[in-house]
Amino acid sequence: MKGKLILIPGRSAKQGVGLNKGKLKDEYKKVTTTLEVSFEDMKSLGLETGDHVKISNEIGETNVIVKGLREGKIPEGYAFIPYGPPSSCLFDGETCASGMPESKGMKIDIEFIKKGEKKKTTLPPLNS
Amino acid sequence: MNNEIHIKNGLVFDPTNKIEGKICDIYICDGKIVDKVSSSAKVIDAKGMAVMPGGVDIHCHITGPKVNLARKLMPEDHRLDPHFKTKNTQSGSGGIVPSTFATGYRYATLGYTTAMEAAVPPLMARHALEEMYDTPIIDNGYYVLLGNNLFLQSLIAEGRKEEFKEAVSWWLNVTKAYTVKLVNPGADEPWKGHKNLNVKHIDDNSKVVDIAPRTVIDAFINVVHELGLPHPPHIHCNNLGHTGNYDTTIETMKTAGDRRLHVAHIQFNSYSGEMGKSPQSASKEITDYINDHENITCDVGQVMFGKAAFMTADAPLTYLLRGYKKQKWVNADTECESGCGILPFDYQGMIYTHALQWAIGLEIFLLSKDPWRIVLSTDHPNGGSFANYPLIIKLLMDYEFRKEAMKHVNQKAMNSTILGDLKREYTLNEICIITRAGPAKCLGLKDKGHLGKGADADITIYDMLDDKEEMFNAPRYVIKAGQLLIENHEFVSDYTDKKVLRVAPDYDKDIEKVIKPFFDDFYSISFGNYAINDEYLHGTGQVIETKKKKSIYEN
Amino acid sequence: MSAASKDNKIVNEKIVENATCTFCGCCCDDITLTVDMDKKVITKAQDACILGKAWFLNHVIEDKPIARIDGKEVALDDAIDEAAKVLMDAKFPILYGMSDTICEAQRQCAPMMDDCGGTIDTTTSVCHGPSGMAFQGVGEPSMTLGEVKNRADFVMYWGGNPAEAHPRHFARYAVTPKGMFTPNGKDDRTVVIVDVRQTKTAGVADIFLQVKPGKDFELLWMLRAACKGAAIPDNCKELCGIEKDVVEDLFDKMKNCKYGVIFFGMGLTMSRGRHFNSGALMALATDLNEFTHFVAKPARGHGNVTGADNVVSWQTGYPFGVNFSRGHPRFNPGEFTTVDTLTRGEADAAIVIASDPVANFPKPAIDHITSDKCKLISIDTKQTPTSEAAHVSIQTSTYGINTGGTVYRMDDVPISLRPAFDSPFPSDLEVLTKLRKKVNELSKKANRPYATKKYI
Ligand code: SF4
Ligand SMILES: [Zn+2]
Repeated sequence: MKGKLILIPGRSAKQGVGLNKGKLKDEYKKVTTTLEVSFEDMKSLGLETGDHVKISNEIGETNVIVKGLREGKIPEGYAFIPYGPPSSCLFDGETCASGMPESKGMKIDIEFIKKGEKKKTTLPPLNS
Repeated sequence: MNNEIHIKNGLVFDPTNKIEGKICDIYICDGKIVDKVSSSAKVIDAKGMAVMPGGVDIHCHITGPKVNLARKLMPEDHRLDPHFKTKNTQSGSGGIVPSTFATGYRYATLGYTTAMEAAVPPLMARHALEEMYDTPIIDNGYYVLLGNNLFLQSLIAEGRKEEFKEAVSWWLNVTKAYTVKLVNPGADEPWKGHKNLNVKHIDDNSKVVDIAPRTVIDAFINVVHELGLPHPPHIHCNNLGHTGNYDTTIETMKTAGDRRLHVAHIQFNSYSGEMGKSPQSASKEITDYINDHENITCDVGQVMFGKAAFMTADAPLTYLLRGYKKQKWVNADTECESGCGILPFDYQGMIYTHALQWAIGLEIFLLSKDPWRIVLSTDHPNGGSFANYPLIIKLLMDYEFRKEAMKHVNQKAMNSTILGDLKREYTLNEICIITRAGPAKCLGLKDKGHLGKGADADITIYDMLDDKEEMFNAPRYVIKAGQLLIENHEFVSDYTDKKVLRVAPDYDKDIEKVIKPFFDDFYSISFGNYAINDEYLHGTGQVIETKKKKSIYEN
Repeated sequence: MSAASKDNKIVNEKIVENATCTFCGCCCDDITLTVDMDKKVITKAQDACILGKAWFLNHVIEDKPIARIDGKEVALDDAIDEAAKVLMDAKFPILYGMSDTICEAQRQCAPMMDDCGGTIDTTTSVCHGPSGMAFQGVGEPSMTLGEVKNRADFVMYWGGNPAEAHPRHFARYAVTPKGMFTPNGKDDRTVVIVDVRQTKTAGVADIFLQVKPGKDFELLWMLRAACKGAAIPDNCKELCGIEKDVVEDLFDKMKNCKYGVIFFGMGLTMSRGRHFNSGALMALATDLNEFTHFVAKPARGHGNVTGADNVVSWQTGYPFGVNFSRGHPRFNPGEFTTVDTLTRGEADAAIVIASDPVANFPKPAIDHITSDKCKLISIDTKQTPTSEAAHVSIQTSTYGINTGGTVYRMDDVPISLRPAFDSPFPSDLEVLTKLRKKVNELSKKANRPYATKKYI
């Protein structure tokens, strides 16, 4: 169960709320480790909401939890993740003389690690 | 610390006190000019030098939102003109719109110690005040844009005179402003609300204009007179920059009747000819009117060749000018209050219109009979940088130099003017008037622009040189509020304790009840957060007293 | 939700009216705060959105040291002395952050870096930095948000997700409010959303256009060409993912509105093309002025990032990425921007103000800033990965909650803050003023010629 996706990190309201509670708190960690993928991709990758996956590119890798989004919310082949330490692991420092790392639309590999436990909020291990 | 200075042997120019180049002593104590000082005072020997009050710029654009947008817009210009750090001063960027630190230092190195920012929308006034704090050395004040204020216009339209007066007074108070600025009154609505149109005439009452410009102008002249502000409304007339606009200018001045009015950068409003065609000089018509009317003061807005930047609340004009070269352009609409356009610009001697504008400015200087009512300005940076002031002085003081300069610019333009026939040469005393004594009087600043007892000890000492550009370019000493800042052309300290000059006319607090509902409906910030608190004056505000006057000659 | 539980009556209550929320660039200044002055917490933040509530209500005075060096608690002055020394001793000191503090504090930063010959950069460089660069190239027709409320009959959001990032943007400024010439609120406007994802924002749209990821520039350029009279190409859908007739209809609406506005987000600045994308958008807005009144504005994120842009611009002439090593400001994104100076391993000291690069920078940059090659100083209100990794760490009070001062809304409108309750922590202003003074003293003592900061 491996595949390729294009990652679009961005802001979300939950991430913003989490940020206020404290970046070292669980809520923020939970939000920023949630990867949103379209149902179609979930199906073809054989994933279910709550599954733990590893996403990686040539810069680094990180473990996150997937969440399926209903049709049309996100185009097939793309994945969304709120900004946070996990998404940072995949950013390249190259800015093409702009100061801004290209942080939307990078190619990533996605790989299934283990089934999620239902309704449990334990966090996947963070990259160290 | 030694707070006393004794300047001796200098040739003193103090036109306000009728001292026109006489060797005498000047004494300074605690930031003021005094009768005598103790023997421990620092002595400056000004032998062979001219001693003048610090320069006063009555109209420039150096702080606030539009200035900062222009700064951000022009990195290519800063790059060519770095302003280096010294032991006593901060670094900055120069160019046509210098950074705040560089602005303060560069004014000081021309011998200027006061500069008035000419246009700030009330909603953005905090920004201007913040920047002033980072503009070292020079004292500042600013003129608040009220001419296109929708709420005030509605009071005028409905004839609610008393409330209008209270409201203007309220606005001056809560924004910490110096006087009222009117820019192309009536033009905002056609621009913002009618797909980029402009007003065409001072009596325009077409559908797109809610209220005729003349009605607005008259109302403001009246109310500022009634409030007795030290400086009358400062007006950027309708049709600025357009061929044939001198009519509008004269009509505007006539609207004032015998009440005071200051016409800003009047050169830009002194064109004859047919609308839409090449302009001609109307300097004669304009100066004739001014010479005959003591209630009118103006600054010239001299155009100088080279880089400039348009930054004005006259948004339609800027957009029109952008049409020529389609350069980068900024527009900034401020809700209910103002428009704004910014455009990097270049005046070229070879271009007919630019050369003509240059000549018209000089003609106005040379034709006007009363130097007290005509102030040197470039409308920095609209007509060119304030750094051009020394060159303008040379052009005014030296007929031969002027003739030579005329040879190098568009000849068609030169031939259409009378500039070549004007042999007048300004004297040093007259220069002292148009750069400091006069503007201080026009502004009603009793403590500035002169060297009499009790005046602010803002003093510039220039070497007496034959080349007047050189002379005014690099004063040997500059003293601000009694502190020696420049000694032998070098900064010896960084004076940051500066004043924000403002007015505070009385008003009836109840006017807030009239204004607030409009705010709640149409502004995007809370009424309660609009008024600017005293902290923004950084403890150094100075309120200038209000008193009704019919001309600058009344005390 | 908040720290005050329901059955505990608040004895010492204070109401703060017209308080400003600084969590996002909307800087809503109409919030009414209820403060429990005994417990030092805000119990109610009336009219704030979910993010704003989280901002106000979660603020508690934590019991933590004010200043630490290498994790050990020290006196504030000692920490400031050490920070000043680190900055002065460094060959390539950098300053980064500034977007979450007041202008008065921001004003201390550039002079300080001027004195130590360092580099100053703000969070703008990783947010709307490319828009800043585009602005330098093409300019921008723009407006304050009240103009949008009063006049805009065409409102477009491009590459942003205000529903989640600026929740009250719709209701306060751009979509639903009833203005002077828009008496019917939303009914008087056409709302268009352009994005690659169908976010919550798309819900308010009259027209939602799902552009192909990375193809914003193509769509913008088609519209620019249309302004000059060119037809929308037949392979429009292939180029940008949107049907030709939809784009034609869109262009028609843009051209024929009375007052049009486009807000754009980081969907443009962070994806391929960066400043070309935002430049194309600003140029399009400019072009449209030939037909009608048209304006555009980046929807800036953090509370006072707009203030940081303004302050750095007025002090140096450039908005971000400014270096002082030669004795005057030089601007060069890619050279003096923080991600680059860190990724290349150039910075040997970094002072981070109210920002958290250790959590959200690209990995190579994080690796350097947390390594022993770079001495890290953090000034922040909260504990973050950055403050925890810092050599010198100073905790400060929070702007808008504990301290007053000025912030600039995303449309450059300055607003004064109204603090709710005081804090035992020093303010950013106090800390930075002291630090600036200290650095200035040291720099005068060092007596080096001003235009030489060695590069090695
Ligand atoms: S929209 Fe932004 S500024 Fe307004 S309350 Fe929400 S988070 Fe605060
Ligand atoms: Zn002007």
